Amino acid sequence: MRQSLNEGQLDLTKILKDMGEEVGKILQGCMQTLLSLDKDQADFWITEDQRVNDYERQVDDLCVRLIATQQPVAKDLRKIISAMKISTDLERMGDLAIDIAKIVRRIDGPLCKPLIDIPEMAEMALGMMRQGLEAYAGENMGLAHDLAEQDDKVDSLYKKVVRDLLLIMTEDPENLDQGMYLAFVARYLERFADHATNIGENVIYITTAGRQDLNI
Amino acid sequence: MGQSISVRDLEAWYGSNKTLKGIHMDIALNNVTAIIGPSGCGKSTFVRCINRMHETMPGTKVKGEIILDGVSIYDQDPVALRKRVGMVFQKPNPFPSMSIYDNVVAGVKLNGMTQKHKLQAIAEKSLRMAALWDEVKDRLNYSGMSLSGGQQQRLCIARALAVEPSVLLMDEPASALDPIATMHIEELIRQLKADYTILIVTHNMQQAARIADSTAFFLNGELVEHGPTSDIFTNPSDKRTEDYISGRFG
Repeated sequence: MRQSLNEGQLDLTKILKDMGEEVGKILQGCMQTLLSLDKDQADFWITEDQRVNDYERQVDDLCVRLIATQQPVAKDLRKIISAMKISTDLERMGDLAIDIAKIVRRIDGPLCKPLIDIPEMAEMALGMMRQGLEAYAGENMGLAHDLAEQDDKVDSLYKKVVRDLLLIMTEDPENLDQGMYLAFVARYLERFADHATNIGENVIYITTAGRQDLNI
Repeated sequence: MGQSISVRDLEAWYGSNKTLKGIHMDIALNNVTAIIGPSGCGKSTFVRCINRMHETMPGTKVKGEIILDGVSIYDQDPVALRKRVGMVFQKPNPFPSMSIYDNVVAGVKLNGMTQKHKLQAIAEKSLRMAALWDEVKDRLNYSGMSLSGGQQQRLCIARALAVEPSVLLMDEPASALDPIATMHIEELIRQLKADYTILIVTHNMQQAARIADSTAFFLNGELVEHGPTSDIFTNPSDKRTEDYISGRFG
């Protein structure tokens, strides 16, 4: 029963998955650009943001249509409302990835330090986004709750990166600009991971109708 | 002013078929309570027990207790009880040979009221409460059947209100009406709850969600869940309720 509603919900899950893959592709591309400091590549990835925005509109339109035509209630309604919120999170995550490409445009000269922790943060944040979307697709509470622990690890790494950069900037004022830019990048990745925890919070809301903060 | 209703271990039968299986439920004063559930779940039987109409059918039986404002309905004369517990049915049923005016005051006249000016005052008051006065005040002597379906249903509500009940039972009162007439009835129900305790049987989930303060879900003669409408439609505690309101069975 409720074939149309069920199909609509499956479509939503598919669009969010595709949107997540697009965001992931952009983040990986922007991180590659940061490592190579290739400004042309940075420009390319900045234009890719439009694709993520298009996915967000697709999710919005489908949710509005399902609410208007199917009158979902209870868990069905929570799932649709959450899909809209998750698409907003993914759109912001795409923006944060693009912000890294915008930073690349400003960096002159070779990097003041080898990048190890920042790429690791990016990998962790990307994994969290994928895990959040998997939790959404399978309404998997375990995967959703686990995001809190991973977010703590990203936060710790962020603090370490900022500490290291402060040291580098203090030692040589020539590194001030670059140190600031790299701290921004770390901040964007930390925010990216926070949005991934929002996806987990939505999964908990869908499943229990209760709310839990995974980003404490 | 409405009156509260307490239902205790209510059981009802049609012949050997048990249609209500131990209903235990409190219905709050001046609230709209929606009764929902699939066909044959016992919701109409339940409301018909409250004004003792169920017992009037041959082969039926009732057990248990229904307390209206502190007094058992089974300790009251059924005719007197039905003055206090009015009922509106699915299909508008004005008396076909009577005028609009006579339809409204029919019950009052049956109860012995004969003074014309009082009857006129009751007719106007009831039609105003049913939000029909402005539409019919210039043609009160027209046949009740001359009205549209939605107006006929409001006429039936005016007729039920004329005898000044404290409880109003409505069995799918808008299911035969178009969306505009349905909205008129829903708005009317919202206004009437200030003075009446209202029970409404409905198959329309959105209608229950829109107008009811509390909602009770019946299934196979049992009360599965009863609670604030906002809870029932956002986070029901029983999976059967969730499946029903989501349209996944029933």
